[in-house]
Amino acid sequence: MRHLLGTEALSRENAIQILDTAQEMAAVGEREVKKLPALRGRTVVNLFFEDSTRTRISFEAAAKRLSADVINFSAKGSSVSKGESLKDTAQTLQAMGADAVVIRHWASGAPARLANSGWIDAAVINAGDGTHAHPTQALLDAFTMRAHWAKLSGTSSVGADLTGMRVVIAGDVLHSRVARSNVWLLRTLGAHVTLVAPPTLLPIGVEHWPCEVSYDLDATLEAGVDAVMMLRVQAERMNASFFPSTREYARRWGFDDARLAKLDALNLKDTIIMHPGPMNRGLEISSAAADSPRSTVLAQVRNGVSVRMATLYLLLAGDLRENTTTSTPAAVNNTVPNAKDPS
Amino acid sequence: MTSSSYLIRSASLLGTTTADILVADGIITAVGVNLGSEVVGEATVIDAAGLVALPGMVDLHTHLREPGREDAETVETGTRAAALGGFTAVHAMANSSPVADTAGVVEQVYSLGRESGWVDVRPVGAVTVGLAGKQLAELGAMADSKARVRVFSDDGICVSDPVMMRRALEYVKAFDGVIAQHAQEPRLTEGAQMNEGVVSADLGLAGWPAVAEESIIARDVLLAQHVGSRLHVCHVSTAGSVEIIRWAKERGISVTAEVTPHHLLLTEELVRSYNPVYKVNPPLRADADVLALRAALADGTIDIVGTDHAPHPSEAKECEWASAAMGMTGLETALSVVAETMIETGLMTWADFARVTSTTPAQIGQLADQGRPLEVGEPANIVLVDPAARWNVDPHAMATKGRNSPFAGLVLPGKVMATFFNGHPTVLDGKLNTPYNHGVN
Repeated sequence: MRHLLGTEALSRENAIQILDTAQEMAAVGEREVKKLPALRGRTVVNLFFEDSTRTRISFEAAAKRLSADVINFSAKGSSVSKGESLKDTAQTLQAMGADAVVIRHWASGAPARLANSGWIDAAVINAGDGTHAHPTQALLDAFTMRAHWAKLSGTSSVGADLTGMRVVIAGDVLHSRVARSNVWLLRTLGAHVTLVAPPTLLPIGVEHWPCEVSYDLDATLEAGVDAVMMLRVQAERMNASFFPSTREYARRWGFDDARLAKLDALNLKDTIIMHPGPMNRGLEISSAAADSPRSTVLAQVRNGVSVRMATLYLLLAGDLRENTTTSTPAAVNNTVPNAKDPS
Repeated sequence: MTSSSYLIRSASLLGTTTADILVADGIITAVGVNLGSEVVGEATVIDAAGLVALPGMVDLHTHLREPGREDAETVETGTRAAALGGFTAVHAMANSSPVADTAGVVEQVYSLGRESGWVDVRPVGAVTVGLAGKQLAELGAMADSKARVRVFSDDGICVSDPVMMRRALEYVKAFDGVIAQHAQEPRLTEGAQMNEGVVSADLGLAGWPAVAEESIIARDVLLAQHVGSRLHVCHVSTAGSVEIIRWAKERGISVTAEVTPHHLLLTEELVRSYNPVYKVNPPLRADADVLALRAALADGTIDIVGTDHAPHPSEAKECEWASAAMGMTGLETALSVVAETMIETGLMTWADFARVTSTTPAQIGQLADQGRPLEVGEPANIVLVDPAARWNVDPHAMATKGRNSPFAGLVLPGKVMATFFNGHPTVLDGKLNTPYNHGVN
């Protein structure tokens, strides 16, 4: 595997290898010197055609902790009609000797185009493309869920998957690359996923996805749930008749205080509440829910760096293996002397 | 005017009976088995043994890009491609720059076609000024011009305003014109990138739903019935559209319909590559749509094949999907794709092929000298096809400027060996020969 473009084709072996490696990387983040020499002399370019400070600094921190040289290339608004083309940008980066390109793009498929066009030799990591995929977000979500799931069962999360975990993903599925990447990865890892959304915010064809679909958040919660992931509602959806008003949206599909209380009433004491950020407090999630002990929002941010370190490491220095065992690779053991299980 | 004569020896007429065809002064002067030297005289002999003779193909839907986008195509390069593809007439769509919405522009395109001499170039006039959908273009002036426009279309943009569509359908009755509609409800397709369905859900590309095409066709056939006019539906792409057109024809509504070669062969699954060479409008659809379109072409519900040849410069396709231009080249592959999908599958014969690629499109476009039978006294617009040949599609070897062929790398059946336009071989031995000289205009 040379690139990380999405999660649909990611094998269980590779997914668990990334999560296990991320676990090693997390240990580095707990040391006083948070740096490994693994990618010294390698160049990672953060190529962002769309603003995303959070994702960019997460990748930047990940690359720097692996001692890579990082170049941030903001190409917002670039397109054929507006100026430099993706092809020219790619060839520029190729000429500069980029080893990996972390690309965020407003157009679905732009990372795949970069990886498959022959314009560039570098490893391509999709940091979010249009409404298509956001694989490192799904991986950090899975990492967060796996740590929680292992803790509940009192076992090590290394090598584990999410078999039996009930995950609800609620909100604007239609426009969400986070939802798409999570559906495929959670399927691969054995979780049971239910999407909850207004019918207007579900894609035609969703019935072919490996998950359940519901329009009723309360009924879905009442059926039992181990993790609830709330999706951000983008401002531009609010006046396009996807739903009548933000208040109606919040009442029917938001994780509000009443639904937080409902988890307690249902005796779902171990259910976690997730959000990829940035949150619209009071719309898809209430402040009480976001700030509750159930919330994993900050853990997700923290885990993001570890997962991105693992991805960069495995694509540039390691080998993402196909169809092999899931033990931590020897190369990682060599570079992470104080490896321990953070869960 | 050339006075050369040609003897096409032992061709299979429409894939049925074998005969010789004698061509002189632009006319078929004799058809028969083993025509003797007393008839043939000094004619140049072309050995057509094993070749199928068909009437020259007529495309009702070609984008020649000139004037305005000569970087994408010119009348010269586009008509060279047409001749190589077996065409003797093409209808040049109106979305040039300036738009072909005045007598001046359509006469310019018509003249450029005459000067090039590879095929008949028949301009399509815009329905509305600037394709803007606000005001009728001077349809009568275009009809009365030297270009004698009979087909009007805002192709690329739907005449979505129902009143505008009604008026256009009514007005062209004055000179027996036809409105060729690009059926696409605009609000349902804002930002649309591909067919809406299972694949668009996975890929996160904005959907172009079948209902956006079908709802406009349903409205338009009812309008055509109401005002008693003639409607042509461009590039039908869905199974549902086929059902509506079948229903309309059963009710006696005067509607004709067209399908592109690419919609007969390719499906939306190709979009999973995110390669914009597969980006086209209307979009590639699902398997069931492709099968319905083939069946409809075979049973006559869909009347003709139109290429929607849409050349683009490479930079319009070498980019991310959403930024890429819509459209595919098609003139040089149309015959082979139809052979692959309709003839090799047993759905149609070569005689049926002649009907859907020549006879009927010529009738819709009202081209008296095109789409005629291969009989004595008829204009010598003839194509000779090697039905057994298979060839590897290489966009870089094509005459069109566009390299955006979705068929690149495919091996397809049927090769155009010769094209006769007004009795002159524009293509011989599968290669461009010389253009027909119209003489002093």
